[in-house]
Order: sequence, then C-alpha cells, then structure tokens
Amino acid sequence: MIVLDAIERDFTVGDEVVHALDQVSLELAAGDYVSVMGPSGSGKSTLLNVLGLLDRPNSGSYRLEGVETTTLNEEKRAALRREHIGFVFQAFHLVPRLTAADNVALPMLLGGIAPKERERRVAEVLESLGLSDRARHRPDQLSGGQRQRVAIARAIVMRPALLLADEPTGNLDQHSGGEVIDLIEELNAGGITLVVVTHDQAIGQRATRRIRMVDGRVDSDTRHART
Amino acid sequence: MRAPDLLQFAAQSLAGARKRTLMMLLAMSIGVASVVLLTALGEGARRYVVGEFASLGTHLLIMLPGRTETTGGAPPLFGETPRDLTLDDATSLLRERSIRRIAPLTVGNAPVSFGSREREVTVLGSTRDLFPIRHLTLGSGQPLPDIDPQRAANVAVLGPGLRKELFGGQRALGQWVRINDRRFRVIGVIAEGGESLGQNLDDMVVIPVASAQALFNSPSLFRVLIEARSKEDIEPAKRAAREIIRQRHDGEDDVTLISQDALLSTFDKILRALTYTVGGIAAISLAVAGILIMNVMLVAVSQRVAEIGLMKALGAARGEVLRIFLVEAVMLAASGAVIGLAVAALGIVGLRHVFPAFPLTPPLWAPLAAVGVAVVAGLVFGVLPARRAARLDPVKALTGR
Repeated sequence: MIVLDAIERDFTVGDEVVHALDQVSLELAAGDYVSVMGPSGSGKSTLLNVLGLLDRPNSGSYRLEGVETTTLNEEKRAALRREHIGFVFQAFHLVPRLTAADNVALPMLLGGIAPKERERRVAEVLESLGLSDRARHRPDQLSGGQRQRVAIARAIVMRPALLLADEPTGNLDQHSGGEVIDLIEELNAGGITLVVVTHDQAIGQRATRRIRMVDGRVDSDTRHART
Repeated sequence: MRAPDLLQFAAQSLAGARKRTLMMLLAMSIGVASVVLLTALGEGARRYVVGEFASLGTHLLIMLPGRTETTGGAPPLFGETPRDLTLDDATSLLRERSIRRIAPLTVGNAPVSFGSREREVTVLGSTRDLFPIRHLTLGSGQPLPDIDPQRAANVAVLGPGLRKELFGGQRALGQWVRINDRRFRVIGVIAEGGESLGQNLDDMVVIPVASAQALFNSPSLFRVLIEARSKEDIEPAKRAAREIIRQRHDGEDDVTLISQDALLSTFDKILRALTYTVGGIAAISLAVAGILIMNVMLVAVSQRVAEIGLMKALGAARGEVLRIFLVEAVMLAASGAVIGLAVAALGIVGLRHVFPAFPLTPPLWAPLAAVGVAVVAGLVFGVLPARRAARLDPVKALTGR
C-alpha cells in the first residue's frame, strides 16, 4: 500500500544541513499496525508528515496506493490527503468555535459533500464512537478524552485507508489515553492502516510492527504477534 | 467547498471573533455612511438651489440698470449709470413678441403701521404680473389691480409674517395700513411658506410700482423681471430687450441682463462637482476601512495558524484556504456596507426632521458606489492576509513553530 524508497528530507539550520530523514526505505501493507519510536530529533515526526503528504521529501520516491506522490502538485496532494489519510494530533486541533459535529464534518465540508450526506455520516461516526450525546457540544465543553475521540471521528469520517497518529495520548491521562488507544486499535482491526508515533514505550509495544528511528534512519524494524 | 458551506463557514468564523468583527464592521459602516450622507448633503444643496431658481420663475430674464463689462466683477446691485431704468423703459419692452410679460421692481425700506403697531419692512413696488412671474400665491384676497403701471393706487398686498405682526388674529383684508405717511388698503395676503432665492417674502409689502416711486421719490427702477414666451424665446428676448433699451437710451448699452437658465446651469455644475468632491473625500475613509480590514485579517491569520494547518491536513489546498479568507474579508466589508447604508438612512431621516425645507436625498449612484468600493476594498485588502494564510506550511502551522 505504501512504498517509501530512499526518502531524503533535509532541513537547513543556520549553516548546517540536518538530515531529518536519511535514505529511508519502508513498505507498509494495508492493515498494518505500526509504531514509530525513537529519541527526540530522530525524524519520526518528519516521517509521519511525509507519510501524510504534509511535507515533501527532497528526494526519493513515495508511492501511496500505487500513485507516485512526489511529483504531484499541491492541489492533488491535498485531494489525496482528504480521501486517503486521517490525522490524529497530540493537541487534538479541534476548531474551538465549531461544535463536535461540525468539527467532524469539516473534511467533508472541504470535500464538497452535500449537507444531507454529511449529516448522515457524522451521525453514524459519532454513534459508533459513543459520542452521539456530545454532538452539539463545543470543544471547551468536552473532556480531553472526548476531544481526542471527536478528533478521531473527524480523521475517519472520510473513510481513509491510512490513519496517522502523532503522540495521540500525549495530552491525556492514563485512563483516557488507554481508551483512545483501544479505539484506534479497534479501527485498525477493522482494516485501516495505523501508524502511531510515540515516546511511550507501553503504547509502542502494543503495535505488531515496531520501527525504531535514530538520526533519521530506520534503526530497527521488527514484527511481533498481537498481545 | 460548496458555495453555501463557504459562506456559512466564513460567517461562523466572523461570529467566533466578535470584538474583531465588530470593530471592522464599525470602520466599514462609518465609511459607507459618510459617503452616502455627504453626497446626500451635496445633492440636497444642488436641489435646493435648483428649486430656488425654479421658484424664481420660468424663462426668466432679469434686467439691471448699469453695465458690467466682460472683464469680470459682480453684476451691479445698484445702478451705477447716470441713466435710470424707468417705468417707460420697462413697458416699452412689451412691444417685443418673444416677451410674454414684465414686472418692474422698485425696492425700499419703510415703516408700516396699523394702529399702534409699526414695523420697518421691505416695500416692493411692482405690477400685477409680478405674481405669476414669481409664482406667488395668495393666501387670501387679490393681487395688485390690473391698472396702468404709471398710475398709483393705494392698495397693498402683505407678506404673511407682516400680516401676523400687524393684525394678530384680526382680519387684515379691507383694513388701512400706513406706509411712511400714506395710507394703503390691504387687498391681499401672500400664502405662507413663500420663499424665493432665500429672500423671505414673509415680511414684505407689495404696492403698485407708481405708488412706490412716489413713496421713495425716485423714478428709477431696481430691476425689471422679464418672462420670455418659451425656453427658445429666451435668447431672442434678451437681444430684443437690450436693443429696445439701447434705442431709448440714445444708443448707450447700459443695462445688464441675467438669464436664469445660465445661472442655474452654472450653479448646477458647481454643486454637482462639489457633491462628487465630498463623495470622493468620504471614499478615502472607505480605503482606510479597507486597510483596517487588512491589518485585522493579518492578526486573524496569525491567531488561526493552527486552524489553517488543520484545514490543510484535512485536505484543503492553497486555493481553498485563499478563498476562505477572501470570502471572510468580502463578507465583512459587505456587511459593514449594509450597516453603513442603514446608518445613513437613519441619519437622512433625522436630518430631514431637523431641516424639513432642505431636500436631503442621496444621488442614486452614491449608495451603489459606496457599497461597490467597500466590497472591492475588502477584496483587495483581503488578498494579502489570505495569501499569507494559503502559503502557511502545514507542518509548522500544526506544531506551532
């Protein structure tokens, strides 16, 4: 499903060139549950951004579902993001003035989907995540765990094939963090490809494929049985 | 993004930043309201002057004794020529076919009294034709009698204000008033609200021209009002009148003729230009409001960096983000413009209430132009912030770097 070949991403900091991703080659199959771990500055977030088409590699090839993405223009990459990729952020990034339902509807709004269809799908997703009674609440009226669940609802409402989570439990307590992980694992069990970037060993150890990054390179890439 | 969704999204984000939105609406509405109000004042002034000229009479020529050379200077208000303009001069003008009627005018100040009440007022000496020429209507009684202008008659028509002051609630018609030392019988009262070129007819008394000449002991006329038969006859009438007087004055061209149309069109042009000017000056405030929109939108963009990054992550391309912010800016400008129109309408109603005589109406182009300029300002000044938003790097935007 995803093929990264010799991906290179450099940043210039002052006079120095930093290789955030240094010749990274990876293949992810549909339905994989991947955790990306590693020390700060090892390039794991950059990897996630490249996978999410938010960042462009300086060189190398990235094929998503057979489409070479590195040569696409802005417009087409945005469309691919909208249709195939869902994001879950550490800071939730809900729009504070919109209700939970409107936040979930946002990708469909940008995709130009008709209001009736939007309503139906929002209701469906909120129902499946147990958030139906929170639909009319604004983010500041929700708990942290609820906010992240709304963000996850938003990430999956377009039925993407790939879900990218960047420290999804970083701003949550133990209990609601566990709930969020259970939720995205459930989605993975339903067939979605899941990539979780985390510092948290306990969460990283739950993935069936564990990638460890050091200095912009893949240090280890191991597969494990589901625990 | 579908158009209605785009509008609703923009409206929601404007409503989300209430203080900022109100500030921009205020600036824009002040700009639009000032354009509409100022042009309404300018247009009102123009209409007022045009109306005044119209009430002066149609196809009117005014003859003054004395001659201004084309080298400039104001027309002489009082005779500066040794030769007077006489009543015979005036009546001889009626020989000309293009002239329908004339009204000789003698003016002076004299005390008018009834019983123990006395007022110092302007006395107009003229003929019956003054009334149709100046479009004067009578509240009661009759105009001056239709007699030979050379004949004096002891009758008077009072202005409504003078009548009130002299007679109060009493009946004025048929009473005798004293002007200087002569007695005049009141035969008519001019209707209320008669005003002509800002000259109030309220406190005036009109008597036959011969009586006035006797009263002020002067054979000279102050003016002769000449009414041409039609608009086309104004020029021939003007030429003929000049020729007639020259013949009578031994070949000396010593009168000045002012045509009302020429004056009117000059005033019309000047006041129209004035309206455009004040409208243009007020439009500067629209540009200022546009710059304010730009600044505040720039602040909004930097405050909404995370949201912009999020929209990009959710699949909004640059063009989409650009459109969202442009729509917000234009929506702000347009709503401000609508509020401004409402404020201007209220202001006009208020001013009309205070100055009922002033015809205060904005010219049709003013509100259209004001709204147009406001929306264009919103669009133009919205481009810079919208482009800044569209160009944000989503990775940096989302991490707050």
